[in-house]
Amino acid sequence: MEATGESSTVRLSTTAVNSDGWRWKRLNLEKWVLWIVLGIGSIAMIGPFYWMFISSFKNKREGVAIPPTWWPQTFTLENWEGLTDLAVGSMPIFFRNSLFVVVVVTIVTLFTSSLAGYVFAKFEFRFKNIIFGFVISMLVVPFSVTLIPLFSMVADWGWRNNYAALIVPILFSPFGIFLMRQQIANIPTELIDAARIDGASEFGIYLRIILPLSTAAMAALAIFTFTYQWDNFLWPLVVLDRPDLYTLPLGLSQFRGRSGVDIGPLSAASFVAVLPILVVYVFAQRRFIEGITLTGMK
Amino acid sequence: MTTIPNTSLKQAAATKQPSEGSLRRNQRIFIYSVIVPMLAFFFLFYIYPIVVGFIGSLTNWRAFQDPAERVFTGLENYTKLFADPVFVASLINTFKYALMYMPISIIIALTLALAINASGALAGFFRTVYFLPVVTSVIATALIWSVGFYQPRYGLFNQVFALVGLPQQAFLRSPDSALFSVVIYSIWKNVGYDIVIFMAGLTAIPPTFYEAAKVDGASRWRVFRHITLPLLQPTIVFVIITGIISSLQVFGPIYIMTVASGADKPGGPLNSTIVVGVYQWQVAFNELRLGYGSAMGMVLFFIILVITLLQSRFLRRRWEY
Repeated sequence: MEATGESSTVRLSTTAVNSDGWRWKRLNLEKWVLWIVLGIGSIAMIGPFYWMFISSFKNKREGVAIPPTWWPQTFTLENWEGLTDLAVGSMPIFFRNSLFVVVVVTIVTLFTSSLAGYVFAKFEFRFKNIIFGFVISMLVVPFSVTLIPLFSMVADWGWRNNYAALIVPILFSPFGIFLMRQQIANIPTELIDAARIDGASEFGIYLRIILPLSTAAMAALAIFTFTYQWDNFLWPLVVLDRPDLYTLPLGLSQFRGRSGVDIGPLSAASFVAVLPILVVYVFAQRRFIEGITLTGMK
Repeated sequence: MTTIPNTSLKQAAATKQPSEGSLRRNQRIFIYSVIVPMLAFFFLFYIYPIVVGFIGSLTNWRAFQDPAERVFTGLENYTKLFADPVFVASLINTFKYALMYMPISIIIALTLALAINASGALAGFFRTVYFLPVVTSVIATALIWSVGFYQPRYGLFNQVFALVGLPQQAFLRSPDSALFSVVIYSIWKNVGYDIVIFMAGLTAIPPTFYEAAKVDGASRWRVFRHITLPLLQPTIVFVIITGIISSLQVFGPIYIMTVASGADKPGGPLNSTIVVGVYQWQVAFNELRLGYGSAMGMVLFFIILVITLLQSRFLRRRWEY
């Protein structure tokens, strides 16, 4: 690699004038090689989703066939029809539970993060920097530290098998507050002052000026929160043990057929869990990636 | 950052709009009505649990225990931890996982980021594709990997291995290969995140550096070695640190993949994939030993804190290019 690089630049510096066409061809060839290599990598990235998809339409025997089939030969819907009647419960119910919890958490997070972010970005008050530093420092607290005490608190309050346990401990998000503060700081303060002179209430300013002007950051935060919570596993595993309350990750994790884990029903169920995010991602992939680069957070 | 300009408040007062005093008061009410509940929340759901966890780690705390039975045991949980072969194994596995994961994933991510960056018209497409697994569910994809790919008999990997003449592997079923199998899955799942971060880092490098190198006739390797790599260093450090910190807390993929592959329990076979997160879960929620589990959480907290502090010093020192 080093050698070819060396020779090409020698050529580049000495013969750049006379053989432009040749160089263009060479660059083009390189691009094709890159495309092919990256294309093969892409198959590895998408492959598992393809496998999930086709396995969900294979019958039991074909699911474990040797050699494997790359397209369902015996197209069947039985795996999909069985999703309402699994040993662990009903996939549509898990889906509904997940959707409820995640939508509530996302809306609440957007509200509290933007409100607190606004206060930190545009107001002066005593100990502001200390309080903000305190909030940010909560980011380094690993969940393994608070997990057990939180469980015991929630159990004392009688919140086991109650969605309050999934929602209340994450009403505020240090990460969300940080993100929204950074973004709202860019909104011109003059706009806020003008509204204030016009007699707008503080909450009215938040609703009518701050929210509409921070939609990009809100979208990034919404997507981040939704995808993260959609996959939340450890905490629901600890506080929920009634299958009718299970969220999708929990239902999937307890997935057992009569004879171990069958690939067919499992694929259909997994696809249900993956699909909503996949669809949103296809249409709004730029927002997802912006969200990551905006924040540099997992 | 920006203070409420006093001038505008004075203007407001001068034009007989709401008086300065009432404006001030309204703002104060607004600030307190946001900050007070927020602080109460963080004390109740972060600080209080940390304190409870720390105190609990110094007692024989059990779930659903009669408070009268709870006694102070000093550092007993901590001394027991380091004499507990399973905990020591879990600590070693956690670091093994992080140390296998980081170098491989960094090299792959950096290579792919450079390749995607150079791929011209298709760069956006490739970035979207490689990022795809990051946004999807750990549980669903880990299940498909363990049941569809890693299954030793009909799983896709062994069938492909047979096709090209590679020896058959036990993957998740063998203590020798189980942890590494999870690492490979995790790289597939997360590499897109690092790629996106690296690509952002690459576009932040001023093009003048490259133009200067071109004028000087530097080879591509030397451009990479002497421009790209040093200028990308803060990004690389960031990716390494966040990667290590999240690896140290790994739970989902190990739990799911080992259970789905038919291991005796999460962290199997034979505790070969047990990590601190999984062992803590087992101790606290299967054996109900909350004090002992809390001590594990504290040890992990300490390790993560040390890494975070090292990182902030390291980043500060190497900041200037």
